[in-house]
Amino acid sequence: MVSSQNESNLLSSEGDSQRTQYPYVTGTSVIGIKYKDGILMAADMGGSYGSTIRYKSVERLKQVGKHSLIGASGEISDFQEILRYLDELILHDNMWDDGNSLGPKEVHNYLTRVMYNRRNKFDPLWNSLVLGGVKNGQKYLGSVSMIGVHFEDDHVATGFGNHLARPILREEWREDLTFEEGVKLLEKCMRNLLYRDRSAVNKMQIAKITEEGLTISEPYSLKTFWNFAAFKNPTVGAEGSW
Amino acid sequence: MSSIGTGYDLSVTTFSPDGRVFQIEYAAKAVDNSGTVVGIKCKDGIVIGVEKLIASKMMLSGSNRRIHSVHRHAGMGVAGLAADGRQIVARAKSEAHNYESTYGEPIPIKELADRVASYVHLCTLYWWLRPFGSGVILGGYDRDGPQLYMVEPSGVSYRYFGAAIGKGRQAAKTEIEKLKLSELTCRQGVIEVAKIIYGVHDEAKDKTFELEMSWVCDESNRQHQKVPEALLEEAQAAAKAALEEMDAD
Repeated sequence: MVSSQNESNLLSSEGDSQRTQYPYVTGTSVIGIKYKDGILMAADMGGSYGSTIRYKSVERLKQVGKHSLIGASGEISDFQEILRYLDELILHDNMWDDGNSLGPKEVHNYLTRVMYNRRNKFDPLWNSLVLGGVKNGQKYLGSVSMIGVHFEDDHVATGFGNHLARPILREEWREDLTFEEGVKLLEKCMRNLLYRDRSAVNKMQIAKITEEGLTISEPYSLKTFWNFAAFKNPTVGAEGSW
Repeated sequence: MSSIGTGYDLSVTTFSPDGRVFQIEYAAKAVDNSGTVVGIKCKDGIVIGVEKLIASKMMLSGSNRRIHSVHRHAGMGVAGLAADGRQIVARAKSEAHNYESTYGEPIPIKELADRVASYVHLCTLYWWLRPFGSGVILGGYDRDGPQLYMVEPSGVSYRYFGAAIGKGRQAAKTEIEKLKLSELTCRQGVIEVAKIIYGVHDEAKDKTFELEMSWVCDESNRQHQKVPEALLEEAQAAAKAALEEMDAD
Protein backbone atom coordinates (compact mmCIF):
# COMPACT_ATOMS: atom_id res chain seq x y z
CA MET A 1 0.00 0.00 0.00
CA VAL A 2 1.49 3.23 -1.08
CA SER A 3 1.45 5.93 1.53
CA SER A 4 -0.52 8.86 0.26
CA GLN A 5 1.10 11.22 2.67
CA ASN A 6 4.10 12.17 0.57
CA GLU A 7 3.67 15.55 -0.97
CA SER A 8 4.83 15.99 -4.51
CA ASN A 9 8.39 17.30 -4.28
CA LEU A 10 7.56 20.05 -6.70
CA LEU A 11 5.27 21.75 -4.21
CA SER A 12 6.99 21.14 -0.92
CA SER A 13 10.26 22.62 0.11
CA GLU A 14 12.30 22.42 3.30
CA GLY A 15 10.41 25.47 4.47
CA ASP A 16 7.19 23.49 4.48
CA SER A 17 6.85 23.49 8.23
CA GLN A 18 7.10 27.27 8.23
CA ARG A 19 4.31 28.14 5.83
CA THR A 20 1.71 30.49 7.15
CA GLN A 21 -1.65 28.82 6.72
CA TYR A 22 -3.80 31.01 8.94
CA PRO A 23 -3.33 33.97 11.25
CA TYR A 24 -3.58 33.72 15.04
CA VAL A 25 -3.69 37.18 16.62
CA THR A 26 -5.17 39.70 14.25
CA GLY A 27 -5.86 43.41 14.05
CA THR A 28 -8.83 44.71 12.16
CA SER A 29 -9.27 47.67 9.79
CA VAL A 30 -6.89 50.57 9.25
CA ILE A 31 -8.14 53.70 7.48
CA GLY A 32 -5.93 56.36 5.91
CA ILE A 33 -6.82 59.65 4.24
CA LYS A 34 -4.92 62.53 2.70
CA TYR A 35 -5.83 65.94 4.06
CA LYS A 36 -4.65 69.50 3.56
CA ASP A 37 -1.35 69.25 5.46
CA GLY A 38 -0.54 65.56 5.11
CA ILE A 39 -1.91 62.16 6.00
CA LEU A 40 -4.28 61.02 8.74
CA MET A 41 -4.55 57.39 9.75
CA ALA A 42 -6.79 55.64 12.23
CA ALA A 43 -6.77 52.17 13.71
CA ASP A 44 -8.19 50.63 16.84
CA MET A 45 -6.03 48.90 19.41
CA GLY A 46 -7.53 45.45 19.34
CA GLY A 47 -5.75 42.14 18.84
CA SER A 48 -8.26 39.33 18.36
CA TYR A 49 -7.47 35.69 18.94
CA GLY A 50 -10.09 34.24 16.66
CA SER A 51 -13.41 35.40 18.06
CA THR A 52 -11.93 36.41 21.41
CA ILE A 53 -10.84 40.00 21.76
CA ARG A 54 -7.64 39.04 23.53
CA TYR A 55 -5.43 42.16 23.49
CA LYS A 56 -6.77 45.66 23.82
CA SER A 57 -3.65 47.80 23.68
CA VAL A 58 -1.98 46.79 20.46
CA GLU A 59 -0.37 49.73 18.67
CA ARG A 60 -1.04 49.18 15.01
CA LEU A 61 0.21 52.58 13.82
CA LYS A 62 3.98 53.08 13.80
CA GLN A 63 6.53 55.60 12.57
CA VAL A 64 8.92 54.61 9.78
CA GLY A 65 11.94 56.89 9.46
CA LYS A 66 11.47 60.63 9.16
CA HIS A 67 8.72 60.81 6.59
CA SER A 68 6.42 57.81 6.85
CA LEU A 69 3.75 56.14 8.91
CA ILE A 70 2.63 52.52 8.66
CA GLY A 71 -0.62 50.96 9.81
CA ALA A 72 -1.25 47.23 9.72
CA SER A 73 -4.13 44.84 9.98
CA GLY A 74 -3.88 41.07 10.06
CA GLU A 75 -1.42 38.89 11.96
CA ILE A 76 0.27 40.99 14.64
CA SER A 77 3.44 38.90 14.86
CA ASP A 78 3.97 39.31 11.11
CA PHE A 79 3.53 43.05 11.57
CA GLN A 80 6.25 42.98 14.22
CA GLU A 81 8.48 41.18 11.74
CA ILE A 82 7.75 43.81 9.10
CA LEU A 83 8.67 46.50 11.63
CA ARG A 84 12.03 44.77 12.11
CA TYR A 85 12.66 44.77 8.35
CA LEU A 86 11.74 48.45 8.20
CA ASP A 87 13.93 49.24 11.18
CA GLU A 88 16.91 47.67 9.42
CA LEU A 89 16.05 49.53 6.23
CA ILE A 90 15.88 52.89 7.98
CA LEU A 91 19.02 52.19 10.01
CA HIS A 92 21.07 51.53 6.89
CA ASP A 93 19.55 54.57 5.25
CA ASN A 94 20.54 56.73 8.24
CA MET A 95 24.05 55.35 8.43
CA TRP A 96 24.92 56.93 5.09
CA ASP A 97 24.60 60.24 6.94
CA ASP A 98 24.36 62.10 3.64
CA GLY A 99 21.30 64.26 4.13
CA ASN A 100 19.07 61.91 2.13
CA SER A 101 16.32 59.76 3.57
CA LEU A 102 13.79 57.23 2.30
CA GLY A 103 10.39 58.75 1.57
CA PRO A 104 6.96 57.12 1.80
CA LYS A 105 6.95 56.17 -1.90
CA GLU A 106 10.20 54.24 -1.49
CA VAL A 107 9.06 52.51 1.68
CA HIS A 108 5.76 51.57 0.01
CA ASN A 109 7.62 50.06 -2.90
CA TYR A 110 9.91 48.15 -0.57
CA LEU A 111 6.95 46.71 1.34
CA THR A 112 5.29 45.69 -1.91
CA ARG A 113 8.41 43.76 -2.92
CA VAL A 114 8.61 42.04 0.47
CA MET A 115 4.95 41.02 0.47
CA TYR A 116 4.92 39.85 -3.12
CA ASN A 117 8.06 37.77 -2.77
CA ARG A 118 6.71 36.05 0.33
CA ARG A 119 3.47 35.34 -1.53
CA ASN A 120 5.44 33.70 -4.32
CA LYS A 121 6.99 31.34 -1.80
CA PHE A 122 3.54 30.38 -0.48
CA ASP A 123 4.53 31.80 2.88
CA PRO A 124 2.86 35.21 3.09
CA LEU A 125 3.12 37.77 5.83
CA TRP A 126 -0.54 37.80 6.75
CA ASN A 127 -1.06 41.56 6.77
CA SER A 128 -2.72 44.37 4.90
CA LEU A 129 -0.63 47.50 5.27
CA VAL A 130 -1.35 51.18 4.88
CA LEU A 131 1.67 53.38 4.25
CA GLY A 132 1.42 57.16 4.25
CA GLY A 133 3.74 60.13 4.54
CA VAL A 134 4.93 63.51 3.35
CA LYS A 135 8.28 64.31 1.81
CA ASN A 136 9.31 67.63 0.27
CA GLY A 137 5.72 68.78 0.34
CA GLN A 138 4.48 65.75 -1.56
CA LYS A 139 1.79 63.73 0.21
CA TYR A 140 1.70 59.98 -0.42
CA LEU A 141 -0.77 57.33 0.68
CA GLY A 142 -0.78 53.71 -0.40
CA SER A 143 -1.67 50.22 0.67
CA VAL A 144 -0.23 46.72 0.21
CA SER A 145 -2.09 43.48 0.73
CA MET A 146 -0.70 40.11 1.81
CA ILE A 147 -0.47 38.93 -1.78
CA GLY A 148 1.41 42.01 -2.90
CA VAL A 149 -1.45 43.95 -4.49
CA HIS A 150 -0.63 47.60 -4.01
CA PHE A 151 -2.57 50.83 -4.51
CA GLU A 152 -1.95 54.49 -4.18
CA ASP A 153 -4.97 56.68 -3.53
CA ASP A 154 -6.40 59.68 -1.68
CA HIS A 155 -8.05 57.37 0.85
CA VAL A 156 -7.33 53.71 1.58
CA ALA A 157 -8.53 51.12 4.06
CA THR A 158 -7.91 47.50 4.93
CA GLY A 159 -10.27 44.65 5.65
CA PHE A 160 -13.75 45.67 6.68
CA GLY A 161 -12.75 49.27 6.23
CA ASN A 162 -12.92 48.70 2.49
CA HIS A 163 -16.60 47.81 2.75
CA LEU A 164 -17.78 50.10 5.52
CA ALA A 165 -15.45 53.11 5.50
CA ARG A 166 -14.52 53.68 1.86
CA PRO A 167 -18.13 54.34 0.74
CA ILE A 168 -18.33 57.11 3.35
CA LEU A 169 -14.98 58.46 2.19
CA ARG A 170 -16.00 58.36 -1.46
CA GLU A 171 -18.94 60.60 -0.61
CA GLU A 172 -17.38 62.94 1.91
CA TRP A 173 -13.61 63.13 1.27
CA ARG A 174 -12.28 66.38 -0.15
CA GLU A 175 -8.84 67.52 -1.19
CA ASP A 176 -8.70 70.41 1.29
CA LEU A 177 -9.91 68.83 4.52
CA THR A 178 -8.61 70.57 7.60
CA PHE A 179 -7.18 68.53 10.44
CA GLU A 180 -10.38 68.80 12.50
CA GLU A 181 -12.55 67.84 9.53
CA GLY A 182 -10.28 64.92 8.75
CA VAL A 183 -10.45 63.61 12.29
CA LYS A 184 -14.24 63.94 12.32
CA LEU A 185 -14.45 62.03 9.05
CA LEU A 186 -12.19 59.26 10.33
CA GLU A 187 -14.15 59.05 13.58
CA LYS A 188 -17.34 58.70 11.58
CA CYS A 189 -15.82 55.77 9.70
CA MET A 190 -14.40 54.21 12.86
CA ARG A 191 -17.75 54.50 14.64
CA ASN A 192 -19.42 52.72 11.76
CA LEU A 193 -16.82 49.98 11.99
CA LEU A 194 -17.30 49.78 15.74
CA TYR A 195 -21.01 49.11 15.29
CA ARG A 196 -20.69 46.63 12.49
CA ASP A 197 -17.25 44.89 12.70
CA ARG A 198 -17.25 42.22 15.39
CA SER A 199 -13.49 42.43 15.87
CA ALA A 200 -13.45 46.18 16.44
CA VAL A 201 -12.76 47.50 19.92
CA ASN A 202 -13.68 50.91 21.27
CA LYS A 203 -10.12 52.14 21.86
CA MET A 204 -8.38 53.77 18.98
CA GLN A 205 -5.54 55.99 17.94
CA ILE A 206 -5.33 58.57 15.20
CA ALA A 207 -1.96 59.40 13.67
CA LYS A 208 -1.07 62.53 11.78
CA ILE A 209 1.97 62.99 9.58
CA THR A 210 2.92 66.28 7.95
CA GLU A 211 6.09 67.86 6.62
CA GLU A 212 6.89 68.92 10.20
CA GLY A 213 6.66 65.48 11.70
CA LEU A 214 4.52 62.73 13.07
CA THR A 215 2.21 62.45 16.06
CA ILE A 216 0.27 59.43 17.19
CA SER A 217 -2.54 60.36 19.55
CA GLU A 218 -3.08 58.86 22.96
CA PRO A 219 -5.68 56.07 22.90
CA TYR A 220 -9.25 57.23 23.25
CA SER A 221 -12.81 55.92 22.87
CA LEU A 222 -15.69 56.95 20.68
CA LYS A 223 -19.12 57.77 22.02
CA THR A 224 -21.74 55.33 20.79
CA PHE A 225 -25.51 55.46 20.71
CA TRP A 226 -27.58 52.41 21.48
CA ASN A 227 -30.89 54.03 22.48
CA PHE A 228 -32.86 52.67 19.58
CA ALA A 229 -36.53 51.76 19.96
CA ALA A 230 -35.95 48.31 18.53
CA PHE A 231 -33.39 47.59 21.26
CA LYS A 232 -35.74 48.59 24.08
CA ASN A 233 -38.14 45.70 23.86
CA PRO A 234 -36.41 43.18 21.65
CA THR A 235 -38.72 40.25 22.33
CA VAL A 236 -41.96 42.02 21.48
CA GLY A 237 -42.37 40.22 18.20
CA ALA A 238 -40.98 36.85 19.24
CA GLU A 239 -42.48 35.49 22.42
CA GLY A 240 -40.06 33.35 24.40
CA SER A 241 -36.86 34.61 22.83
CA TRP A 242 -34.29 36.69 24.68
CA MET B 1 62.59 48.87 15.44
CA SER B 2 62.35 48.11 11.75
CA SER B 3 64.59 45.47 10.31
CA ILE B 4 64.67 43.49 7.10
CA GLY B 5 62.86 40.24 7.54
CA THR B 6 64.70 38.36 4.79
CA GLY B 7 63.04 35.03 4.42
CA TYR B 8 60.80 35.30 7.47
CA ASP B 9 58.54 37.91 5.98
CA LEU B 10 57.01 36.04 3.07
CA SER B 11 53.97 34.69 4.86
CA VAL B 12 51.79 35.76 7.72
CA THR B 13 52.08 32.26 9.15
CA THR B 14 55.83 32.52 9.67
CA PHE B 15 57.51 33.72 12.85
CA SER B 16 60.96 35.22 12.72
CA PRO B 17 63.65 33.91 15.10
CA ASP B 18 63.06 36.89 17.39
CA GLY B 19 59.34 36.16 17.62
CA ARG B 20 57.95 38.70 15.19
CA VAL B 21 55.43 38.24 12.40
CA PHE B 22 56.75 40.59 9.76
CA GLN B 23 53.72 40.57 7.51
CA ILE B 24 51.63 42.07 10.30
CA GLU B 25 54.25 44.73 10.89
CA TYR B 26 54.29 45.56 7.19
CA ALA B 27 50.49 45.83 7.29
CA ALA B 28 50.85 48.35 10.10
CA LYS B 29 53.14 50.41 7.84
CA ALA B 30 50.22 50.87 5.45
CA VAL B 31 48.33 52.50 8.31
CA ASP B 32 51.30 54.62 9.33
CA ASN B 33 51.57 56.11 5.86
CA SER B 34 47.97 57.24 5.65
CA GLY B 35 46.35 60.48 6.76
CA THR B 36 46.02 61.03 10.50
CA VAL B 37 42.92 59.86 12.35
CA VAL B 38 42.34 61.27 15.83
CA GLY B 39 39.78 60.24 18.44
CA ILE B 40 39.16 61.68 21.89
CA LYS B 41 36.78 60.88 24.71
CA CYS B 42 35.27 64.01 26.22
CA LYS B 43 33.13 64.07 29.31
CA ASP B 44 29.88 63.83 27.37
CA GLY B 45 30.87 61.89 24.26
CA ILE B 46 33.42 61.00 21.60
CA VAL B 47 34.87 63.11 18.79
CA ILE B 48 36.63 61.55 15.78
CA GLY B 49 38.55 63.62 13.24
CA VAL B 50 40.32 62.62 10.02
CA GLU B 51 42.98 64.37 7.96
CA LYS B 52 41.67 63.29 4.57
CA LEU B 53 44.55 63.77 2.11
CA ILE B 54 43.12 64.73 -1.25
CA ALA B 55 44.81 62.85 -4.07
CA SER B 56 43.35 64.88 -6.91
CA LYS B 57 41.65 68.24 -7.43
CA MET B 58 39.00 66.42 -9.44
CA MET B 59 37.55 64.81 -6.35
CA LEU B 60 34.31 66.19 -5.04
CA SER B 61 34.48 67.54 -1.51
CA GLY B 62 32.61 65.36 0.92
CA SER B 63 33.24 62.18 -1.02
CA ASN B 64 35.54 59.33 0.03
CA ARG B 65 34.16 59.32 3.57
CA ARG B 66 36.70 58.05 6.07
CA ILE B 67 34.35 58.04 9.04
CA HIS B 68 31.46 55.61 8.93
CA SER B 69 28.49 55.00 11.19
CA VAL B 70 28.41 51.45 12.39
CA HIS B 71 25.07 51.66 14.18
CA ARG B 72 22.95 54.43 15.60
CA HIS B 73 25.23 54.86 18.59
CA ALA B 74 28.69 54.08 17.21
CA GLY B 75 31.03 55.01 14.40
CA MET B 76 34.57 54.40 13.23
CA GLY B 77 37.29 56.42 11.54
CA VAL B 78 39.47 54.41 9.18
CA ALA B 79 43.16 54.80 8.34
CA GLY B 80 45.22 52.84 5.83
CA LEU B 81 43.96 51.03 2.74
CA ALA B 82 40.49 52.40 2.10
CA ALA B 83 39.13 49.21 0.58
CA ASP B 84 40.31 47.15 3.54
CA GLY B 85 38.73 49.68 5.84
CA ARG B 86 35.42 49.30 4.05
CA GLN B 87 35.45 45.58 4.81
CA ILE B 88 36.08 46.20 8.49
CA VAL B 89 33.23 48.69 8.62
CA ALA B 90 30.90 46.27 6.83
CA ARG B 91 31.77 43.55 9.33
CA ALA B 92 31.24 45.91 12.26
CA LYS B 93 27.81 46.93 10.92
CA SER B 94 26.88 43.30 10.55
CA GLU B 95 28.03 42.42 14.08
CA ALA B 96 26.17 45.39 15.56
CA HIS B 97 23.01 44.47 13.72
CA ASN B 98 23.18 40.81 14.72
CA TYR B 99 23.72 41.67 18.36
CA GLU B 100 20.70 43.94 18.47
CA SER B 101 18.62 41.38 16.61
CA THR B 102 19.51 38.69 19.14
CA TYR B 103 19.65 40.59 22.42
CA GLY B 104 17.27 43.47 21.78
CA GLU B 105 19.67 46.21 22.87
CA PRO B 106 22.32 48.22 21.01
CA ILE B 107 25.67 46.46 21.04
CA PRO B 108 27.89 47.56 23.93
CA ILE B 109 30.99 49.28 22.52
CA LYS B 110 33.28 46.91 24.38
CA GLU B 111 31.59 43.96 22.69
CA LEU B 112 31.75 45.62 19.28
CA ALA B 113 35.46 46.39 19.64
CA ASP B 114 36.03 42.81 20.71
CA ARG B 115 34.27 41.41 17.67
CA VAL B 116 36.00 43.76 15.23
CA ALA B 117 39.36 42.95 16.75
CA SER B 118 38.65 39.22 16.52
CA TYR B 119 37.77 39.58 12.88
CA VAL B 120 40.89 41.59 12.07
CA HIS B 121 42.98 39.06 13.98
CA LEU B 122 41.34 36.20 12.10
CA CYS B 123 42.82 37.49 8.89
CA THR B 124 46.32 37.17 10.33
CA LEU B 125 46.03 33.44 10.99
CA TYR B 126 45.93 31.91 7.52
CA TRP B 127 48.47 31.93 4.74
CA TRP B 128 45.75 32.30 2.14
CA LEU B 129 44.43 35.51 3.70
CA ARG B 130 46.34 38.72 4.04
CA PRO B 131 46.11 40.98 7.08
CA PHE B 132 43.98 44.10 6.82
CA GLY B 133 46.03 47.10 5.79
CA SER B 134 43.95 49.44 7.90
CA GLY B 135 43.40 50.41 11.51
CA VAL B 136 40.25 51.89 12.96
CA ILE B 137 39.35 54.21 15.78
CA LEU B 138 35.96 53.14 17.09
CA GLY B 139 33.85 55.44 19.22
CA GLY B 140 30.41 54.95 20.66
CA TYR B 141 27.97 55.69 23.44
CA ASP B 142 26.26 52.87 25.31
CA ARG B 143 24.74 52.60 28.76
CA ASP B 144 28.18 52.70 30.34
CA GLY B 145 28.79 56.08 28.77
CA PRO B 146 31.03 57.14 25.88
CA GLN B 147 33.92 54.83 25.01
CA LEU B 148 36.82 54.96 22.55
CA TYR B 149 38.67 51.95 21.18
CA MET B 150 41.39 51.46 18.62
CA VAL B 151 41.89 48.31 16.55
CA GLU B 152 45.22 47.72 14.77
CA PRO B 153 45.95 45.42 11.81
CA SER B 154 47.43 42.89 14.19
CA GLY B 155 44.06 42.51 15.84
CA VAL B 156 44.92 44.14 19.16
CA SER B 157 42.39 46.49 20.58
CA TYR B 158 42.65 48.79 23.56
CA ARG B 159 40.35 51.28 25.14
CA TYR B 160 41.60 54.87 25.13
CA PHE B 161 40.97 58.38 26.37
CA GLY B 162 42.61 59.68 23.25
CA ALA B 163 44.06 57.87 20.25
CA ALA B 164 45.73 58.70 16.96
CA ILE B 165 46.85 56.65 13.97
CA GLY B 166 48.43 57.52 10.65
CA LYS B 167 51.19 59.88 9.60
CA GLY B 168 50.93 62.51 12.30
CA ARG B 169 50.13 60.23 15.20
CA GLN B 170 53.20 61.01 17.32
CA ALA B 171 52.61 64.74 17.17
CA ALA B 172 48.86 64.25 17.61
CA LYS B 173 49.31 62.09 20.69
CA THR B 174 51.53 64.75 22.25
CA GLU B 175 48.83 67.34 21.64
CA ILE B 176 46.08 65.10 23.00
CA GLU B 177 48.03 64.52 26.19
CA LYS B 178 48.05 68.26 26.78
CA LEU B 179 44.25 68.38 26.82
CA LYS B 180 42.21 68.02 30.01
CA LEU B 181 39.76 65.60 28.45
CA SER B 182 37.66 65.02 31.54
CA GLU B 183 36.70 68.70 31.56
CA LEU B 184 36.02 69.14 27.85
CA THR B 185 32.57 68.94 26.37
CA CYS B 186 32.25 67.56 22.85
CA ARG B 187 31.59 71.04 21.52
CA GLN B 188 34.96 72.12 22.81
CA GLY B 189 36.48 68.77 21.81
CA VAL B 190 35.55 69.33 18.17
CA ILE B 191 37.53 72.58 18.15
CA GLU B 192 40.52 70.90 19.79
CA VAL B 193 40.55 67.97 17.36
CA ALA B 194 40.42 70.36 14.42
CA LYS B 195 43.38 72.27 15.84
CA ILE B 196 45.32 69.05 16.30
CA ILE B 197 44.69 67.87 12.77
CA TYR B 198 45.58 71.19 11.21
CA GLY B 199 48.62 71.21 13.47
CA VAL B 200 49.99 67.82 12.45
CA HIS B 201 49.33 68.28 8.75
CA ASP B 202 52.62 68.63 6.97
CA GLU B 203 52.17 71.38 4.35
CA ALA B 204 55.49 70.68 2.72
CA LYS B 205 55.24 66.94 2.29
CA ASP B 206 51.57 66.45 1.64
CA LYS B 207 48.99 67.93 -0.66
CA THR B 208 45.90 69.66 0.57
CA PHE B 209 43.58 67.88 2.90
CA GLU B 210 39.93 67.91 3.85
CA LEU B 211 38.87 67.79 7.47
CA GLU B 212 36.20 65.22 8.27
CA MET B 213 34.75 65.03 11.76
CA SER B 214 32.05 63.16 13.55
CA TRP B 215 30.78 62.90 17.08
CA VAL B 216 28.51 60.89 19.32
CA CYS B 217 27.51 62.76 22.43
CA ASP B 218 24.62 64.00 24.56
CA GLU B 219 24.16 66.91 22.20
CA SER B 220 23.71 64.62 19.21
CA ASN B 221 21.23 62.57 21.19
CA ARG B 222 23.79 59.80 21.57
CA GLN B 223 23.60 59.20 17.82
CA HIS B 224 26.74 58.99 15.73
CA GLN B 225 26.65 61.66 13.04
CA LYS B 226 28.78 64.14 11.14
CA VAL B 227 29.59 67.24 13.16
CA PRO B 228 27.03 69.91 12.14
CA GLU B 229 28.17 72.30 9.38
CA ALA B 230 28.19 75.39 11.55
CA LEU B 231 30.32 73.84 14.28
CA LEU B 232 32.67 72.31 11.70
CA GLU B 233 33.27 75.70 10.13
CA GLU B 234 33.82 77.26 13.53
CA ALA B 235 36.36 74.55 14.32
CA GLN B 236 38.19 75.02 11.02
CA ALA B 237 38.36 78.77 11.54
CA ALA B 238 39.72 78.32 15.08
CA ALA B 239 42.27 75.79 13.83
CA LYS B 240 43.51 78.04 11.06
CA ALA B 241 43.75 80.96 13.49
CA ALA B 242 45.77 78.84 15.92
CA LEU B 243 48.14 77.88 13.09
CA GLU B 244 48.71 81.49 12.16
CA GLU B 245 49.46 82.33 15.74
CA MET B 246 52.07 79.63 15.81
CA ASP B 247 53.58 80.81 12.54
CA ALA B 248 53.72 84.38 13.80
CA ASP B 249 56.05 83.36 16.65
